[in-house]
Amino acid sequence: MNNIFVYCEVEEGIVSEVSLELLTKGRSLASQLNCQLEAVVVGSGLKGVEKQILPFGVDVLHIADDKRLEPYTTLPHAAILIKLFEEEKPQIALMGATPIGRDLGPRVSSALHSGLTADCTSLEIGDHEDKKAGVVYKDLLYQIRPAFGGNIIATIINPDCRPQMATVREGVMKKEKINANYPGKVIQLDVAKYVTDLDFAVQIIERHTEKKKINIKGASIVVSGGYGVGSKDNFKLLYDLAAVLGAEVGASRAAVDAGFADHDRQIGQTGITVRPKLYIACGISGQVQHRAGMEESAQIISINSDPEAPINSIADYVITGDIAEVIPKMIKYYKLNTK
Amino acid sequence: MKGLKIIVLAKQVPDTRNVGKDAMKADGTVNRAALPAIFNPEDLNALELALRVKDTIPGTTITILTMGPGRAAEIIREGLYRGADSGVLLTDRAFAGSDTLATSYALAQAIKEMGHFDLIVAGRQAIDGDTAQVGPQVAEKLNLPQVTYVEEVLSIDKSAIVMRRRLDNGVETVKSPFPMLLTVNGSAPDCRSRNVKMLMKYKHARTITEKQEATEDYTHLYDSRPFLYIREMTVADIKTDADQLGLTGSPTKVKKIDNVVLQAKDAKKMSNADDGINDLMRELIESHVIG
Repeated sequence: MNNIFVYCEVEEGIVSEVSLELLTKGRSLASQLNCQLEAVVVGSGLKGVEKQILPFGVDVLHIADDKRLEPYTTLPHAAILIKLFEEEKPQIALMGATPIGRDLGPRVSSALHSGLTADCTSLEIGDHEDKKAGVVYKDLLYQIRPAFGGNIIATIINPDCRPQMATVREGVMKKEKINANYPGKVIQLDVAKYVTDLDFAVQIIERHTEKKKINIKGASIVVSGGYGVGSKDNFKLLYDLAAVLGAEVGASRAAVDAGFADHDRQIGQTGITVRPKLYIACGISGQVQHRAGMEESAQIISINSDPEAPINSIADYVITGDIAEVIPKMIKYYKLNTK
Repeated sequence: MKGLKIIVLAKQVPDTRNVGKDAMKADGTVNRAALPAIFNPEDLNALELALRVKDTIPGTTITILTMGPGRAAEIIREGLYRGADSGVLLTDRAFAGSDTLATSYALAQAIKEMGHFDLIVAGRQAIDGDTAQVGPQVAEKLNLPQVTYVEEVLSIDKSAIVMRRRLDNGVETVKSPFPMLLTVNGSAPDCRSRNVKMLMKYKHARTITEKQEATEDYTHLYDSRPFLYIREMTVADIKTDADQLGLTGSPTKVKKIDNVVLQAKDAKKMSNADDGINDLMRELIESHVIG
């Protein structure tokens, strides 16, 4: 009772990266709170899935295995979580801020009347004193996220309602197995007790899974452009530099909104989180939402015509100048200095 | 087939995408008053999707429902100019401080007072919070099936709606019975612009509060043109449990707000002249960051 639960996404038997990252975070929170870490996996053909999950330090794994549960639809997954949470009364429940987690989390939190914080960038444990009511709440989950267009960082708490629910994007938390033979318990749920035929009202007629072609997350160098790049044409310069350096091209939300780059290149709180060896920010002002997706880069170069651009304050190198002049020079001197 | 009754959920939001220099105060915090209030972008995608259903199925009506302060009536008018048929403004001090759950509760209770509907259409998320929670939470409160991230309605018949959803790694075609709630992704078609005829027709559309505050007297207009009436709902008009409203009804509380004031770190300023760039590239290559 009152343990930490992580909802693990699974597709064709493979548990998603973000779920493993959340298990790692869940493990450290559980140790801090002196409670157990439990995981839930809902899908089809899940035989042996515990081998992927238990090594992250999971004490109890609940498996709901039924061919109707994959691919994911909202209602049956929500029904299982709602009932399981009513039975088990977790104090904290975490899921990925993925298309699935962001579809499922609100539905579950509404049914349980528990608070949910989306897209957290950090989770911590701490106390809270409500001075008006004269109550001190011990060991709450601090859910920390940028808000208001990234201009503020809010720490959100759920003093009274349980579970305290949060979603976290892929790549924000570390992933770390603790013991390949961690002795966790596996519980097979009787799916028929959790779902009804009405939960299958929405049918999937067709799916095309397109594997992501670009892999910004895996790139050791990212050349990224913002609104300051100015045009889709100027963005081509970024691709040129990326090609020379063996880098991937990313973009800020402003650049994506302006149509300079595709949505799947967006870096930041509502996009991808990257931690490359080198992040070259071109014409990016550096709103917090963007920084949330890149500030852990080992080295940051900012190229911006505005010497006061906020991103310069987290950069290791600042070049004040026009992208159209600076990038060709970088390509030229890179080529001159290698070989 | 007969027309559908559609409710579009919309929100007036501060335009957080355009936080320019003048929108920042000297201490580095946001001057919220300087941000323009706009129709939440993905709610416009939602309105367009509803308008396309109306184009295909004659007799369909669209009602815009928004919760917010009195001035949020602006986005209802904006919706009327683009082809919506009516609007409801849910406004009351009792809603102040609502988190997504308390907002969803209030919206769901208002929808219950609005009579029969077939479809609720909402934007995926609002740009001031980016939570994407209100759509699914309203669906849960009304016990409706939900389909999120919809890009296009592919077909509709008496019993079901078929939609295409956009996911991170592909697309999905799904079918749902009515009534249902769907949320619309920003990759869906942009909203059409204002229609001049509708602009003329609805430019005096007002809520009761706006009529009372107006300096010019258009009373004669409202008597002869009932469509100029924007319905205003307060807590008194809906059945609610006070424990579920506003700050009290919000399980999440804001413990702390840190305004983002960027801390300076020691940055090497490199010249944009040839020498500077040459030095930079050489330094990066020598430290094995690149190359």
